[in-house]
Amino acid sequence: MGATLLEIRELSKSFQTDSKTVQALRQIELDVKAGEFVTVIGPSGCGKSTLLRIVAGLDTGYQGSVTLDGQSIAGPGIDKGFIFQEPRLFPWLTVEKNIAADLSLRSPEVKRRVGELIELVRLNGFEKAYPKELSGGMAQRVSIARALLRNPKILLLDEPFGALDAFTRAHMQEVLLDIWKRNGTTMIFVTHDIDEAVFLGSRIVILKPRPGEIRAKINVDLPYPRKKASAAFQNFRYEVLSEFEKIDELSWGESGAGI
Amino acid sequence: MSEQAQTLRAPAVRTGRKKNFSRGKGTLLHFVAAALLPAVILIVWQWYGATGRVNPLLLPSPLAIAKAFGRLIASGELPMQLGFSLGRASLGILYGAVVALILGAAVGFSRKIERVLDPLMQILRLTPSLATAPLIILWFGFGETSKIVIIAFGSFFPLYMGVIQSIRNVDKKLFEVTQVLEFGRGKQLARLILPASLPGILSGLRLCIAYGWLALVVAELLGSQTGIGFLMSQAQTNSQPETVFVGVIVFAVMGKLIDSFVAAIERRLLRWRDNYTG
Repeated sequence: MGATLLEIRELSKSFQTDSKTVQALRQIELDVKAGEFVTVIGPSGCGKSTLLRIVAGLDTGYQGSVTLDGQSIAGPGIDKGFIFQEPRLFPWLTVEKNIAADLSLRSPEVKRRVGELIELVRLNGFEKAYPKELSGGMAQRVSIARALLRNPKILLLDEPFGALDAFTRAHMQEVLLDIWKRNGTTMIFVTHDIDEAVFLGSRIVILKPRPGEIRAKINVDLPYPRKKASAAFQNFRYEVLSEFEKIDELSWGESGAGI
Repeated sequence: MSEQAQTLRAPAVRTGRKKNFSRGKGTLLHFVAAALLPAVILIVWQWYGATGRVNPLLLPSPLAIAKAFGRLIASGELPMQLGFSLGRASLGILYGAVVALILGAAVGFSRKIERVLDPLMQILRLTPSLATAPLIILWFGFGETSKIVIIAFGSFFPLYMGVIQSIRNVDKKLFEVTQVLEFGRGKQLARLILPASLPGILSGLRLCIAYGWLALVVAELLGSQTGIGFLMSQAQTNSQPETVFVGVIVFAVMGKLIDSFVAAIERRLLRWRDNYTG
């Protein structure tokens, strides 16, 4: 783990919906070091996806500063790999062409790198398959390979395994950790699943909703691969859970005052 | 994982083979089912005609039509007139399609061009071609030009509409992907917009050809010296109802053949699609 790669300072964002202003994020402060695996967890509506989209350059119009490698984020680009909730593959392109996307497989360098990535995301034999022939997990692995081909400085994952069944999901988590271990890519992973957050993250950022604020940051100093049934794992799980219970009490208090 | 890969691939091969088999059997059944009703109608028609209770000048029997068909082919009259019709239709549809692609793309990509061009197009679109045909003949004369303009005009709108709609319907989510992956303008066009709008453009093209073929009939019946339509209007004045029927059948069969041909191209180009296929 190295120097600070991503710096978020006093980040706030609000949306305008029918004459009402909704504060999505308030005063977010976060540093992410190169090589870190940060999981961001929070209930729906806490602005975790908005936070990720701002880092990706997909959402603009915020207050505060967000810098990657000392540079202000100007817009979306290949240095900020983004994995959406859905794989978003091009249905008319085969697996290898989807990974290459705007690059040509006729270049031997691209061809070689695509081959390596297909190996890395364990899709050997499916190079020529069309997206309609893939399962949800396989399609999501193609989209991860597509982002990695561009050597991103940071990989941003927005609940990428949310639509998968429990077994495929566990498998995908292992694939992702394997990629992280081998490539050392810095990751920010948004999820609403506590197990997933503890299993993957070297650090967990807990957001609370309305307005989206950082509630706690927890360092998970457990060695990988982690055992979900171990006592140490469960302790971290309880720690995250208890933060959520505090959030619940807070929001109960707020709505109680409203009644 | 390799295990998963195998289990996933093996059934794909098997279903592929099974599908081909059942498809072969299915087309035969399909053909029999489709041919049943026309066959019954033909038999009843022939039998009723043979009873002599219907004037053959109004409704010639199927056999008489078949004889006229054989005679027209043997004399070379039908192939020649069909050649004229096909050439005329191709040229008209080609002009209509090219202009539709250009104008449709311009309107699809630019809201400014849409505001200027599209209102006029929508009015013209709803003007029946039978109503405009006499005007076109007035402007372009009875020669070949007016026929080609009528066909081009008739075939233009389905494709024009199809191009605009399919460009506008490109998935916004995939647009975001091209932003994240930093596609250049050219790559965005070649790898996203074109393939994404291809299904809409192709079904627009199918309609374009069908409408062009309909416009051909209008053009040829409204005063032409060649073509299947000319053959029909001539037969009408000379009281040869069999020949009129032959013309109707040729128009119908050719239209269906051309449409099936384009549909086959469509299926081939859109193999990647994951739709309900019935």
